[in-house]
Amino acid sequence: MRKILLLIAALVLLIAGTTWLVTGANRGWTKTSVEVKTLDEVTGIEGITYQKKFLPGVDFLGAAVVGAGVLAGASFLFRKQNKK
Amino acid sequence: MKLTHLIPLLGLATAAYAAPQTFDFKDPKGVNNAIFKLDAPLESINGSASSITGTVVFDPENPGATKGKIIVASESLTVPNPMQKEHLHSDKWLDVTKYPEITFETKSFANVKTVGNTTTADVTGAFVLHGVTNEITAPVKLTYLKDKLSARVPNMNGDLLVIRANFTINREDFNIAKGQFEDKVSPTIDLSLSIAGASAK
Repeated sequence: MRKILLLIAALVLLIAGTTWLVTGANRGWTKTSVEVKTLDEVTGIEGITYQKKFLPGVDFLGAAVVGAGVLAGASFLFRKQNKK
Repeated sequence: MKLTHLIPLLGLATAAYAAPQTFDFKDPKGVNNAIFKLDAPLESINGSASSITGTVVFDPENPGATKGKIIVASESLTVPNPMQKEHLHSDKWLDVTKYPEITFETKSFANVKTVGNTTTADVTGAFVLHGVTNEITAPVKLTYLKDKLSARVPNMNGDLLVIRANFTINREDFNIAKGQFEDKVSPTIDLSLSIAGASAK
């Protein structure tokens, strides 16, 4: 059980880190929408619309670290299996 | 026909040409926007507002006499983070339920300079935010696009007026979380307005 929890903790960190890097390493807060700019050629005004898109931020990474920490901590509640 | 008979006719024609026009800023294309930026030491918040209405009376022959009111629906203020947006709309910040509109009504224009179809000026007016009214002066650029409405909205003839303004306000002047969270939410707010209004013929 101890090893399984440590393995899950490592996986949580790895998946969260990879997701954060792959989606552009956003160093701000997590976004659920992103700005899309469109140019109105007649007036020259740049219109702004929002498109739904999940962009994990540092809070997402933090939550993953905390989650992995809790799992790793919980693993210490289980005894090491003694090899005889 | 004597020349003296032509003079009143010419006068009428000139008056008709120079008559002030009313521009409606309810944008059918949805590109009108106001951008806000708050750059605090610990956090930068960028967002925009899209629901903009209002009317402006503009005379191409006398841009300094421009008058009008622009209204932004507070609820249309958007930031990409959903929790930040919730906080922004809450009663601790903008309280959009109690104060559904942010408005600016012109009072006077100064330093008016017109080159071609573009006028720059310093506009003074009443800015209402969070239920507090303050008089502010901001540089503004007005671009008059004669007969360009049909290029933007098919089957409609008329003129366009593009207004651009960049200015800074202090949230404390509008009683928004006065003296609180200044490390995360900047007391100064940079605003950038880009809107186009139409005057149909």
